[in-house]
Amino acid sequence: MLELKSVHKKFGGLQAVGDVSFSVPAGSIKAVIGPNGAGKTTLFNLIAGNLNLSSGKVIFQGREIQGLKPHQVAALGMARTFQNIKLFHGMTALESVMVGRHVRSRAGFIAGMFHSPATWKEEKEIRDKSMQLLELLGIAEFADTEATSLAFGQQRAVEMARALATEPKLLLLDEPAAGLNIYETAEVGRLITRIRDMGITVLLVEHDMSLVMDISDEIVVLSFGQKIAEDVPLSIQQNPEVIKIYLGEDEEEAVV
Amino acid sequence: MNMKIKESKLLKIGLLVILVICTQLLTKITDTQFYLTQLTMSAYYALLVIGLTVVMGYAGQISLGHAGFFAIGGYLSAALTTHNLIALQAHPLVKGLGSVGMLVSGQDLYGEQLLVFAPWAACILAVLTAAGIAFVLGIPVLKLKGHYLAMATLGFGIIIFRIGLASEYFGEADGISEVPGLTLLPALGPLGSLSVSGDFGLRVENYYVAWGLLCVGLWLLLNLIDSRVGRALRAIHGSEEAAEAIGVDTARFKLNVFVLSAVYAAIAGVFLTHYNGGIGPSEASVMKSVRYVALVAVGGMANIWGTLIMGVGLTFLSLRGVFGSYDDAVFGSILILVMLFAPDGILSLNVKALFISKRTTDGH
Repeated sequence: MLELKSVHKKFGGLQAVGDVSFSVPAGSIKAVIGPNGAGKTTLFNLIAGNLNLSSGKVIFQGREIQGLKPHQVAALGMARTFQNIKLFHGMTALESVMVGRHVRSRAGFIAGMFHSPATWKEEKEIRDKSMQLLELLGIAEFADTEATSLAFGQQRAVEMARALATEPKLLLLDEPAAGLNIYETAEVGRLITRIRDMGITVLLVEHDMSLVMDISDEIVVLSFGQKIAEDVPLSIQQNPEVIKIYLGEDEEEAVV
Repeated sequence: MNMKIKESKLLKIGLLVILVICTQLLTKITDTQFYLTQLTMSAYYALLVIGLTVVMGYAGQISLGHAGFFAIGGYLSAALTTHNLIALQAHPLVKGLGSVGMLVSGQDLYGEQLLVFAPWAACILAVLTAAGIAFVLGIPVLKLKGHYLAMATLGFGIIIFRIGLASEYFGEADGISEVPGLTLLPALGPLGSLSVSGDFGLRVENYYVAWGLLCVGLWLLLNLIDSRVGRALRAIHGSEEAAEAIGVDTARFKLNVFVLSAVYAAIAGVFLTHYNGGIGPSEASVMKSVRYVALVAVGGMANIWGTLIMGVGLTFLSLRGVFGSYDDAVFGSILILVMLFAPDGILSLNVKALFISKRTTDGH
């Protein structure tokens, strides 16, 4: 589904991401973990086209996508959420999700201005599909509430519904459990598994280890922009190098 | 819910049409038909203002250069319909234009042969030129954000103002006068022809032309806001990054809506110039652009009805000379006061106040 080949990103003299390669098999949940400043969000921005690579390749469904703009990447079937939620001020939850149908609908300026009959069917479909997604995420009752005035967890749900509305093949989730309590986090975990079962491949960045260990098929560990491990959750938990960067240099302490 | 929005939209436009008709009848009964002149002009200015509302309020992109687009429309239409091409008669381009009926010949007051653009052709060329300039200007300029975009569009407005003031073709400080009327419908049997001009005999007709145009322009924009494109524009306003991430080509949509609003401004400029029979450099001045921004702000930014009401109301008062020589100062003050005390517009202020008082009475 997605393949990174020797991805590099330099900001001035700083190597934010250096020589990172891994692949995300279709139908899997893959997590990227690492301490703060390891380059996880930068990596997401490189994949989604928000940043340009210094060198390397990003291959999505057999096609090189480095250098494409974010909206082009989205149109190819990759959607994302943001670490710091980015909802549209002044739009209801339903409208926010309806914008997500953008790449799956066509009406342009002229059709919109004349409200041509051809757009009626499309509008209805956009509305119905968006409503279904709100139901899937359990926030249908807030459809007509301004999205930015919802509770934090519900805002995350709106953002996820918006991303799903694009009918992605691959969903990038940037810390989907940040700021949520343990119950909400468990709920997000079940949701992500359900999304995977719908046939959508998931790549997530997450700090919450219990969530990552629970749901991921594979984990990539980054530290200072370098990939230091890539394995199934159980092996990652026992990987001495991973333990070292998470718990400190002193190995004896780490074992305790 | 969708049906409800659609119905309320048509209902409101219907009420506006009734109000427009009642106003005309009222001026007839009270013998105050002279008000129609300023009401007609206000409608044209409001057309520009609602176009700017979509750019500023919905897409979130500021423009301090919309008087420039108004002036491009007005000046070009005026120049093309007044400058004599008789000396260039033999030029293949002029011949070509003549052969497709875009030129008309006649005689001026002194019996001299005239060959000028037909008003309809001049009107179309003027609007297309404004759209083209908006497109070319928009590509680099709309990459800027906030203050930088404001300054760049301000610069554009100043350039247009200076060109009008400096070029002989556009009449320098005098502007262009004796612009012929714009014929919309030819004479049909007992009905006279319908044309946009300052002819006193056509005052009522012109009032309806202006308000008809405004109502159609309003209807189109309200539809647009309530469509896939409208949602995308509001998304761009909310978060450009998030809009991109779900596949909105933000650069293209910003450019398209900028061009659309320039077309609205140019159409307003063309019609008002033919109605007034001329145009002067003050129409292109920076203070005009500031005024339009103030009207969008006072109407509530993302509120087409609000800007329509405020645009017509304040422009009418200004044209009636209520603000005297403090005219520009009044609009400047309005902008400051709105930004300080009612960033969502004057109308929202009242609605909110009503809502709060109702809630407190409910609570006790």
